[in-house]
Amino acid sequence: MRHATSIRVGPIGFRIGSDFAAPIAALRALYADYPKSTIAHFSVRLPASAPWRWLIRPAVAIEGDYMLPDAAPLPLAQGLLAAEMAMNLQVALGHRRHLLLHASCVERDGRALLMTGESGSGKSTLAALLGTRGWRFMGDEFVLIAPESGDAYAFPRAISLKNQAINVAERACPTERFGPRLIATPKGDIRHMVPPADAIARMDEPARPALLLFPTFGEQRDVRPVGAAEAFVRLTQASTNYTALGERGFRTLTDLVERVPARAIDYPDSDSAIALVETLWRDL
Amino acid sequence: MTAASLLARVLAEPDRAAGLDPTAWNALIAAARAEQLIGSLALRVDLAAVPPTVADVLHDARDAAIEQRRTALWEAEMTRRVLAPLGVPLVLLKGTAFVAAGLSAGQGRHIGDLDLLAPRGVLPAVEQALLEAGWAWAKPDAYDDDYYRRWMHELPPLIHRERDRMIDVHHTILPPTARPIPDADALIAGAVPLGNGLSVLAPADMVIHAALHLFADGDLAGGLRNLWDIDHLLRECADDDADFWLKLHARAAEHQASAYVARAARLSARLFGTPIPSAWNRPRMSDQLFARRLLARDDWGRETRPATRLAFYVRSHWIRMPPLLLARHLLIKARRRAADARAR
Repeated sequence: MRHATSIRVGPIGFRIGSDFAAPIAALRALYADYPKSTIAHFSVRLPASAPWRWLIRPAVAIEGDYMLPDAAPLPLAQGLLAAEMAMNLQVALGHRRHLLLHASCVERDGRALLMTGESGSGKSTLAALLGTRGWRFMGDEFVLIAPESGDAYAFPRAISLKNQAINVAERACPTERFGPRLIATPKGDIRHMVPPADAIARMDEPARPALLLFPTFGEQRDVRPVGAAEAFVRLTQASTNYTALGERGFRTLTDLVERVPARAIDYPDSDSAIALVETLWRDL
Repeated sequence: MTAASLLARVLAEPDRAAGLDPTAWNALIAAARAEQLIGSLALRVDLAAVPPTVADVLHDARDAAIEQRRTALWEAEMTRRVLAPLGVPLVLLKGTAFVAAGLSAGQGRHIGDLDLLAPRGVLPAVEQALLEAGWAWAKPDAYDDDYYRRWMHELPPLIHRERDRMIDVHHTILPPTARPIPDADALIAGAVPLGNGLSVLAPADMVIHAALHLFADGDLAGGLRNLWDIDHLLRECADDDADFWLKLHARAAEHQASAYVARAARLSARLFGTPIPSAWNRPRMSDQLFARRLLARDDWGRETRPATRLAFYVRSHWIRMPPLLLARHLLIKARRRAADARAR
């Protein structure tokens, strides 16, 4: 492809190519502090969605080693989002070394806090905020659980902030580096935040899962214990490769839910969520 | 040299993997994934002798192949339980047959749908039994449904609602509109029982099926994988039976498949170094074109050589349908595409 770059995020290396210069330049800027991978685990392609779409209303298709048959192309101005979606897709469909959980993750003292929930639950925002308040940010999209050890491995890609979360993060983390604001994408407004320096420098360090949270944003403060069986079922739904891993996936996940306490938390705003997390963590 | 040529070379001579640079590895992995040959590559290459990232990728591919094998055999077993009461012959085809029969062609192979062959007369009973046991039509479209039933060699594809797996139930191995007419009764009569109520095609018939599928049906997209099957089937069958090539020659004639099987053997020898008898190895000019089509994959895993691919696409319709039927079919498909585009 005419333009290409490579990025390593945690244990996964990507090679990203495009017909267009802009998405590759934007990725290079956003991921300037990340290591490269000379051989990639996955190839991502962002070609013009049709030959004439190189010139007229340019649009990028979302392609790679793994593809969805009906993935809609995005306007060139949203190339960073196309790259993010394509990279996620490769991991979700192709990665098998770890059990993948669709979750955010932060670490302190070698122990990991995992947060998983629907889009809008605030798990990305909470991880981003905690990552600038004494925790190491490990990821806002996937946390990777090693089947052999049960350890959590980081996937600290650029944090994908949506809609109101953009303002919250801009106010709370004014010193961090942000990407361009992408307006009116299929997922609303999006702005990427580069994770804090220690998140990138220490991205190969695993952590021991110690607490599992299921946050819900917009309710009065509440904490409810979640049993191992319920946590298991919720996490099978939050895993993109649980089925593909077969028995190995089952063992890894049952081991995780039996070992790690789980809580569902409701919170009205991010400050109370952070206070709640600190309380729960202290009481472990 | 395309990335697909590199892939064919490394599959045929896995020791070449040791000398590859990172650029070549990236190309090889992308092409192998796109051709669904990454599992086969993973089983050929010595994982201790490749860079760590490549070992990661190939370990994952081995695990995926093991899981696909398990899933395919389970799906065959679930289907067997539903259809056993009918007491009809049930022959596994393609990938599921290779793994069920323990053939080397099944090692690392990607397996998608379950392909089954049964006598034409029992298809309505088979379809009814599957529909009652949780399968549903995957293409609920009147034209497609009618097209399958009139012109295809299989039922419209069915999908199991809970397991999300497709099944194709065939009554022969080529569409009735295609030029050669294989002897479906002989395929079923000659099938080899597996001992559990299911059977697989006899060795020569397996090769003939693979050759017809690749060269008498379809546009050769993703065909490198089918040719790799053929390479393994030819090697293993010839090792097991000294008279295999004679039997293959005679059997191919019975199925009107001689030219296709001969081409399969020549191209397998050309791309994968398959040992074939000298009488079989009389290259044709057109082999070059077929090789060009089979290797049309670049170092990002994209299809290349658009003119060659278009030519084979046109050919695929030409060999599959008489001209008037083809014209009608393309017209209906074009109208529907236009309607879909307006709806979007």
